Amino acid sequence: MNNMYRVCFHAARQAAGLKASRLLQHRAFRASATHRQQPFDSSLEKPQFPGASAEFVDQLEFIQPNVISGIPVYRVMDRQGNIINPSQDPELSKETVLNFYQKMTLLNTMDRILYESQRQGRISFYMTNYGEEGTHIGSAAALDPNDLVFGQYREAGVLMYRGFPLDLFMAQCYANADDLGKGRQMPVHYGSKDLNFVTISSPLATQIPQAVGSAYAIKRENANRAVICYFGEGAASEGDAHAGFNFSATLECPLIFFCRNNGYAISTPTNEQYRGDGIAARGPGYGMMSIRVDGNDVFAVYNATKEARRRAVAENQPFLIEAMTYRIGHHSTSDDSSAYRSVDEVNYWDKQDHPISRLRHYMTARNWWSEDDERSWRKQSRKMVMEVFERAERRLKPNPELLFTDVYQEMTPNLNKQRESLWRHVQQYKEHYPLDMYDK
Amino acid sequence: MAAAARFLIRGANPKLSISGGGTLLKLSPSCSSRTKTQRRHAAHFTYHPDPVPTQYGPTTKMNLFQSVTSALDNTLASDPTAVIFGEDVAFGGVFRCTVGLRDKYGKDRVFNTPLCEQGIVGFGIGVAVAGATAIAEIQFADYIYPAFDQIVNEAAKYRYRSGNLFDCGNLTIRAPWGCVGHGSLYHSQSPEAFFAHCPGIKVVIPRGPVQAKGLLLSCIADQNPCIFFEPKILYRAAVEQVPVESYTIPLSQAEVLQEGSDITMVAWGTQIHVMREVANMAQEKLGVSCEVIDLQTILPWDVETVCKSVVKTGRLLISHEAPITGGFAAEISSTVQEECFLNLEAPISRVCGYDTPFPHIFEPFYIPDKWKCFEAIKKMINY
Repeated sequence: MNNMYRVCFHAARQAAGLKASRLLQHRAFRASATHRQQPFDSSLEKPQFPGASAEFVDQLEFIQPNVISGIPVYRVMDRQGNIINPSQDPELSKETVLNFYQKMTLLNTMDRILYESQRQGRISFYMTNYGEEGTHIGSAAALDPNDLVFGQYREAGVLMYRGFPLDLFMAQCYANADDLGKGRQMPVHYGSKDLNFVTISSPLATQIPQAVGSAYAIKRENANRAVICYFGEGAASEGDAHAGFNFSATLECPLIFFCRNNGYAISTPTNEQYRGDGIAARGPGYGMMSIRVDGNDVFAVYNATKEARRRAVAENQPFLIEAMTYRIGHHSTSDDSSAYRSVDEVNYWDKQDHPISRLRHYMTARNWWSEDDERSWRKQSRKMVMEVFERAERRLKPNPELLFTDVYQEMTPNLNKQRESLWRHVQQYKEHYPLDMYDK
Repeated sequence: MAAAARFLIRGANPKLSISGGGTLLKLSPSCSSRTKTQRRHAAHFTYHPDPVPTQYGPTTKMNLFQSVTSALDNTLASDPTAVIFGEDVAFGGVFRCTVGLRDKYGKDRVFNTPLCEQGIVGFGIGVAVAGATAIAEIQFADYIYPAFDQIVNEAAKYRYRSGNLFDCGNLTIRAPWGCVGHGSLYHSQSPEAFFAHCPGIKVVIPRGPVQAKGLLLSCIADQNPCIFFEPKILYRAAVEQVPVESYTIPLSQAEVLQEGSDITMVAWGTQIHVMREVANMAQEKLGVSCEVIDLQTILPWDVETVCKSVVKTGRLLISHEAPITGGFAAEISSTVQEECFLNLEAPISRVCGYDTPFPHIFEPFYIPDKWKCFEAIKKMINY
């Protein structure tokens, strides 16, 4: 009892003491103001506010946002694949660049086939990555394979780069018995423990503060790892984005925030999403190093991510990369984007400024890639995707038992009861359930 | 929010401010009529200390906030990955639950976060996903709702949706909970029923210091995300002998505190102490023998212990501070009705808060106090 009173008194004393000293300051100020004898030069006064470090000004002036001429867009090569400033050329080997290209195009091929398969009702849902392949591959290549990835849902290229098998992409979309997620989530909600890619969930931006927490834990492990967290410019409007940015800065986390600014959040254009200079301009407000890059330039993305990764790990501070792109495809298979934007606009980005064609120009200019290579790779990649596609389609769905597991680590008595009740029911009404499609 | 919270650092225990906090009373000179003040602030319960636990080694006298600190201390000492964070935890917390821990374990393990509940829980999930032990504090249960999305859509579903590739089982969220005499709308809430509808999390509420430490250590060790609600009115008021070393009390297990044969009474948190008093009153005034059960874990709850008791007594009274409609008593009531239909001799009675926000000056009329519970027992016995 005694002990606890002491603690309480201590707290009360502290609070009272604080108040008293503030009161004194206040009184002293008033006294000096009334009894001041000597001339006082107010320009020598320095602000003492704990909340900011700044000078006084004697003119009323609101700070104006700079949105007309915003943060510049960093690029390494032009739309024809020419390196603009040789000092910025990452000088990647032919094999590396070929790998970039093949991963981007393989993702594109997979997108086309799965998009069509949804149109035919063979899978329930799909989201393509058209136009954003460069952001995935460029950033993934700049990371260490051990770096933990938190994504939104349009980052399949990161998994592709890390070697996620086509079979598992398909298994997830088909929710078949091979799916690591046990068929519980909608298509494109991929995850891989082995490849350090945290499972995608639908609620937007929730992964942002989570990525910060993981980065904090990783910093404490001292294991030379970083975390990267992807999100769209629409998701950046969520409260969780604010939470994540602010926490990462105050808690000094080795983390890269990677924003894919593709101009749209479903039908909402960016001018209805924000009025500042995009997302990059918010970074400095949180005390965060920030940059804007050309998301259709895989080398610009690579360079920015590489440097952000190096410094994030060395200095334990967050970095923000805003990659400017254009969402060429529909938002998802449940969306027809011609209802809110023109076909001409889409065509410009598809034909004139695409990350895949830009890299192809670069490779062609170096004689690393020919028309023949292109033809045979297209054929080969299509064949690869079709093979796994057909395999995935033939595979049974997971055992319905898996509806009940992993809710908790252990099976609770309540859930066990419900599981048994389902089995009894299904035995009785067999003919009304698609049992033959599921593993036994 | 933070400003309101500060009031309660000192105000958490009305008894304390009357007996010890002379300086505080001086703040309001009009409160000269001490007897009136005391009557108005009289606690609606009498704390019943638990028997001294003997099986876990040496014990020391602790109140509830000290037993929480002790549990956190044991955790930080044994688990090098464990971190504690939230608003104002670094200096010891507005309820003193983290006093001394930062000095002992370092500021990278006990630290303040920005004032943002969704951030705190999201951050905690991330720490847990990376494999470390995360102990997050939400300053008042009333302010947990900004984190509802992170708790319900994320924490609770992490393991399930990833097919057990990822989980945040190492996450524990602690929050002061329940009425406090004068907490009004946002320092009094009991939000457990909102979370009881969410598969994937565990919700735990202790009735005193011994339970608080054992159950909190179980929550921290449990491989599922847990919400641990601490009855803040007991932080200082409840004092008993608590083992110094680490020990656990199993989750999802109710505890029969008093055996009886005529009526089963189920409650949790502070309300347990109201129940105990009601049980004595019922025995003395009505000759009714009450079985008192502390549910302890709201989700997943111990159906078996409760049903077993009702099969024996044939009557059930459930009481909680939270509003009655959609409160957790409804879940218990309908389950018991399903399981014990042939044994029930009277309708199941729920004595709960009214379906209003939690009021300030009307608190004595709002709470399901011993007289309301006593009256319910009378009616059930005469049914």
